[in-house]
Amino acid sequence: MSQPDTLKTSQAADHELVAAAAGGNFASFEVEKVAFKDKLHRFFHSHPTAAPTIVLLLAILAFSSIVGERFLQPFNMSLILQQVTIIGILGIAQTLIILTAGIDLSVGAIMVLTSVVMGRMSIEVGLPPSAALAIGLLVGALAGFINGQLVTRFRLPPFIVTLGTWNIFFALNLWYSKSETIRSQAIDQAAPLLHWTGKTVELFGAKLSYGSLLMLALFFIVWYALNWTAWGRHVYATGDDPAAARLAGIRTDRVLLSVYVAAGFICAIGAWALIGRIGSVSPQAGMTANLDSITAVVIGGCSLFGGRGAIFGTLIGALIVGVFRNGLALAGVDVLWQEFTIGVLIIVAVGMDQWIRKV
Amino acid sequence: MKFKAGLLALAVSASLISPLTLADKVVVGLITKTNTNPFFVKMREGAQQQADELGMDLRTFSGRFDGDNESQVQAIENLIASGAKGILIAPSDPVAVVPAIDRAREAGLLVIALDTPLSPADAADATFATDNYKAGVLIGMWAAEQLGDKAADAKIAMLNLNSSMITVDVARNQGFLEGFGIEVFDPNRIGDENDPRIVGQDVTQGAEEGGRTAMENLLQREPGINVVYTINEPAAAGAYEALKAAGRTDDVLIVSVDGGCPGVENVRDGVIGATSMQFPLRMAAMGVEAIYEFANTGKKPDASEGLDFVNTGVELITDQPLPGFDSKSSKDGMDLCWG
Amino acid sequence: MNNQKMVLEARKLVKRYGHVTALDGADLELHQGEILAVIGDNGAGKSSLIKALSGALVPDSGEILLDGVPISFRSPMDARNAGIETVYQNLAVSPSLNIADNLYLGREKRRPGILGSVFRMLDRKAMHDEAKQKLGELGLLTIQNINQAVETLSGGQRQGVAVARSAAFARHVVIMDEPTAALGVKESRRVLNLIRDVRDKGLSVILISHNMPHVFEVADRIHIHRLGQRIAVIKPDTHTMSEAVAIMTGAMAPDEHQAGAFAA
Repeated sequence: MSQPDTLKTSQAADHELVAAAAGGNFASFEVEKVAFKDKLHRFFHSHPTAAPTIVLLLAILAFSSIVGERFLQPFNMSLILQQVTIIGILGIAQTLIILTAGIDLSVGAIMVLTSVVMGRMSIEVGLPPSAALAIGLLVGALAGFINGQLVTRFRLPPFIVTLGTWNIFFALNLWYSKSETIRSQAIDQAAPLLHWTGKTVELFGAKLSYGSLLMLALFFIVWYALNWTAWGRHVYATGDDPAAARLAGIRTDRVLLSVYVAAGFICAIGAWALIGRIGSVSPQAGMTANLDSITAVVIGGCSLFGGRGAIFGTLIGALIVGVFRNGLALAGVDVLWQEFTIGVLIIVAVGMDQWIRKV
Repeated sequence: MKFKAGLLALAVSASLISPLTLADKVVVGLITKTNTNPFFVKMREGAQQQADELGMDLRTFSGRFDGDNESQVQAIENLIASGAKGILIAPSDPVAVVPAIDRAREAGLLVIALDTPLSPADAADATFATDNYKAGVLIGMWAAEQLGDKAADAKIAMLNLNSSMITVDVARNQGFLEGFGIEVFDPNRIGDENDPRIVGQDVTQGAEEGGRTAMENLLQREPGINVVYTINEPAAAGAYEALKAAGRTDDVLIVSVDGGCPGVENVRDGVIGATSMQFPLRMAAMGVEAIYEFANTGKKPDASEGLDFVNTGVELITDQPLPGFDSKSSKDGMDLCWG
Repeated sequence: MNNQKMVLEARKLVKRYGHVTALDGADLELHQGEILAVIGDNGAGKSSLIKALSGALVPDSGEILLDGVPISFRSPMDARNAGIETVYQNLAVSPSLNIADNLYLGREKRRPGILGSVFRMLDRKAMHDEAKQKLGELGLLTIQNINQAVETLSGGQRQGVAVARSAAFARHVVIMDEPTAALGVKESRRVLNLIRDVRDKGLSVILISHNMPHVFEVADRIHIHRLGQRIAVIKPDTHTMSEAVAIMTGAMAPDEHQAGAFAA
């Protein structure tokens, strides 16, 4: 949704009027400054992805001058895309939840659990890979449904619900996997379909994995659903002010439940991408994925208070993290500075949101 | 899902009840870093087998994540309160846990550090551990030997655990470099070497995803990498995926440490060139036995010769044995592996 | 206006919460094309009455007739479907959505054909155009851009959006709960004009307000609620504001007045 003309706001106009009425000789410098800040504020307010996009472009610019042309190579760019695939997909799920003013700590656990289900269903149980994949996706949706039921029916705060189910899903993952890793070779033999997401196509020197293309497709689908369907408008309205949404006739509980189910399903797609990327099915994977996905969403400019943010902001947020990790690694900077930088970005992003939300 | 949760609840309550019925046996506690890592799962298995054999009552605890000191301290307090004779602990935070360990020893318990030494090491009565430095040296020597003349201009990628430089991470890293014939300067520090053969160091969190990303980034820095040291086998598997995507699996040597069954299978399949196997089962079994002896005779275990800890052994697993190297094949390794 | 047809009628509505009786056999009559103000002291049961009419509350007994036909509402949605729209005191708009989205919130229009039926695609253009037209009818086109987020509007403009939404979709009745409570003098004036515009479109309006000058300015008739019942219906030209307040607070018995209790 881009509406450049909203820049010409009534308030900015008012300021100009005041300045004109004051005859120009009265603190005109200060008035101008305020007007600029105000314009900037309006701009970021109506373009939630503008700030992260600027950060991303600046980061790319900075690293290409520090690291050299290696950094800007199409291959390296596609590598970054591959590296952010998992967090990007989980970030989509997380964005949906955060738009409803919730938070989902269980996304990583759902992903790992469903990846184990997909792996064991095909390797241990011997089901056809497509069936194993379908069951995995179903389990993901079911996990989301459980979260959604607890949030809507029992009116528990999402933070607490998903803190609980995070542990529960993780325990189930350990129990079902027996803490055992299924190796890449075994999957290659019995269920190559699960590795499909790791295959790549070459395009102008860039190597795009099907997993990262799947991620981009998911971003477009969810973008469409959020912006071009009634459901999407209801998701925003529910996160914005649930009481108002209810009075407007929206069945907010149903909207919330659908969001949690969709998030669980998307996490299961993330599981498929995960298997493609790491080759094996490991019950220990994705330990920090929940926090990483929240990081991507927050850096992408989505408000933790709900109702505000754009889905592509999350893609940009994930890319920012990926660019910093890749760029700093290529520059040979000690990893602890990668963590430091990400930390700074999170705080700047949240501070920015606080400022933007002030109308 | 509900059914599974029910089963889980049943299992939990059963494990809570059973110790009460065994109150008159010698109580021994095992505290692991996590209960998820197969290494610790295997450790628990070894301890349980030994405890059953000796008629002891084993109580197991674990942190919720790697680095969770709080849960370990609570476990120590619980074990002191329940009159345990000894504690086996794989410390998550070797420094912070010491005051709690001191209290346990004051209360007359024998405390044995498993896998990771405390800091200072003599805060425990004994340490039963893999000689991680030696584990590193073995794969370092093997890799250098394997390359022969080409070792002089090898291009090495170092895939470590994380940025906190914990002892295991440092020992394996520095051991590998020494074994490879690289001057390590301070053996307590990763990354102070200036040998141009080291292309770069990155962290993996000891997992596949981290291994792959780190490998991809290092390959971007230096496409000519031909030796990859990895902190453990999951990181090695991840690194292999990156090499596979780059079409570099045939001319790059991956070495690792651990000896988990998937890792040994990866040695068999040529993913990993050689790995140093450690023996968590034996580690825990030996620990339980030492506490049994202490409870009956009051005798404390002695350190292995030339070391300040009891070495529970390390074995090189490779299918490309080299002359003058003690190693086992992946086939034999499958009988010994854990997890 | 006496001979006009009855649009909405409530008969002997009762609602009890434990020992508290919120509605004690309350009646209400709303004629076609009039503004009926409902006044009453705090706790008189006004809001329960309004909630019953807008579907937010289900009465224990009594009946509601719309165009002479008995109906029962189980949710605000039922009332809306029956053609009764409510502007709530807290506005019930979504601040971060734009004006057009807010107007159509909960009853979005989809694209015709396969785009709408399979891909559930919104007809943004139609909604945009119609929103513009509807705001225009109510003289609200001073709002620069229909794609503007509602939170960037002033309080009066937001109220305008909420009123416009109700007016646009109501087929019979618009209920407005304290529409001027949070507004300044200038903005209140615009909203009052808006309420008249809505009536002039042929709709019937129920206006709940504490603001006597506003009530006396726009209302055709004034329903006075006291102790869970309607005790009087007066007209601005038969009673003064202080008389209305006296009746409302119990200081004056309604039939003491020369015009009687029920001026309707």
